[in-house]
Amino acid sequence: MDAINGNLDLWLEGISYTLLVFFGGGIIALVLGTIVGAMRVSPVPVARAVGTLYVTLVRNTPLTLVFFFFVFGYSALALPTLSNTVLGIMAIGVYTATYVAETLRAGINTVPVGQAEAARAIGLPFGQVMTLVVLPQAFRSVVPPMMSVFIALLKNTTVAAGFSIAVLPQLQSTISNSHTRTGTPMEVLLWVAIIFVALVMLLTWLQRSLEKRWRIAR
Amino acid sequence: MTSVLFDVPGPRARRRNTILAVVTIAAVVAILAFLVWRLSLTNQFSAAKWSVFTYSAVWASIGEMLMNTLRAFALAAVLSLALGFVLAIGRLSDHAWVRVPVTVITEFFRAVPVLVMMMILYYGLPTLGMKVDPYWAVVLALMVYNGSVLAEALRAGIESLPRGQSEAGYAIGLRKSGVMALILLPQAVRAMLPVIVAQLVVVMKDTALGFIITYQELLYYAKLLSSQPGRPILQSALVIGGIYIVMCLILSGIAKWLEIRTRRSPKDKVLEAEAAVLMHEGTDTELLVAQGDGKRGRRQGRDRR
Repeated sequence: MDAINGNLDLWLEGISYTLLVFFGGGIIALVLGTIVGAMRVSPVPVARAVGTLYVTLVRNTPLTLVFFFFVFGYSALALPTLSNTVLGIMAIGVYTATYVAETLRAGINTVPVGQAEAARAIGLPFGQVMTLVVLPQAFRSVVPPMMSVFIALLKNTTVAAGFSIAVLPQLQSTISNSHTRTGTPMEVLLWVAIIFVALVMLLTWLQRSLEKRWRIAR
Repeated sequence: MTSVLFDVPGPRARRRNTILAVVTIAAVVAILAFLVWRLSLTNQFSAAKWSVFTYSAVWASIGEMLMNTLRAFALAAVLSLALGFVLAIGRLSDHAWVRVPVTVITEFFRAVPVLVMMMILYYGLPTLGMKVDPYWAVVLALMVYNGSVLAEALRAGIESLPRGQSEAGYAIGLRKSGVMALILLPQAVRAMLPVIVAQLVVVMKDTALGFIITYQELLYYAKLLSSQPGRPILQSALVIGGIYIVMCLILSGIAKWLEIRTRRSPKDKVLEAEAAVLMHEGTDTELLVAQGDGKRGRRQGRDRR
């Protein structure tokens, strides 16, 4: 327990940075992912192609490499300096956006064809077909897989530790590099693992209860 | 499916779509132009920045690092498949003393991030007096995580089979092991093959995490190259990134190909014939699907039915 009690300040910092990367990345991923997902089902072939290219490229790139591009590559462009944390949040957002886009697209595909057909039959244009008929139904079937995307996002925040962003696993090197801090790397890392298991369990529970509440009776 | 959402565009819709297309192209061109502008402003295209890639020694090292990546990937893939089978079968066991611990282990391994597992193996174990090579830390961490994910996929595959399958197996006198090995697993593996290969893409991508625990693989070398004269950090990231993307695209391509192949079962052929008949009767939607997305639309339309 010394590993926790002796370094409460560090643990607090680690958890808040992890949550910052999680929520920051999540918001970017949701916004960007919705745009890309909409592009992938849109009636404009160019938009579909751009969306597909983005998803295929980023999905087949390791997250570590995306971080590498943003954290190390950005400074080579001589743009206004941003902290590693901001760049890391952007990297994880851009990466997760592809998963959000694919989940949304899959959700739209689960709505039976008849629904869109009926909506078109009563004369609704594309925008109204989507907002009034398809998306409200897609939303319900999207919630469980979307939660899985966010669970993966939570676990992916650990990658930021490799780019000197103060998320939880970074504690291990901070503590073992200082002489005054207590706790062996093993203790620290096991506590990190336990925190992640607890957070993942929490999200899984949320996923189950949302799934139950919004299940569609078909 | 996509094309069912909207009609064949009329003149107004066509004009609007053209505008949207122009806006999309303009946005993409603007982003690319901005990048190219910044890149040329900071002299990223100059020969000096790319000169490291003219040495054959550099390419020989890239080849060596590529082999390191592939070595870790190959062993991790095989081991995680093996672990996946063991955990899946254990979790379906009739004996609670097998099922409960295996369930706990699977859930635990699935919840711990791969990088934390790698760090536990690489930084944590030495404090207990065990020195672990980075290679083994990468391989073992990938094995336990992806093994438990694959176990869940296999279990889902087995549980989705009709009960009659195992009942028929028992009826002809097979034992539990026989039913599992001869009847359930072959069908589950076949059904889950695209998922399994897609998970192998994840294994491939996650070998790059080895970079963080100083495993000498491709990304580690990219970082190393960036300390060469000219500091070609973007250039080496681009070259190494290209190699990663090509490798993952090949694996994803195999996954997609398998998905299309396994879908061509006899049952599907009947549906395809039905679809063809319907196509001649031609409701608006089917025509649209047929002319719109071509093959893809037709296939997805069929799945719906």
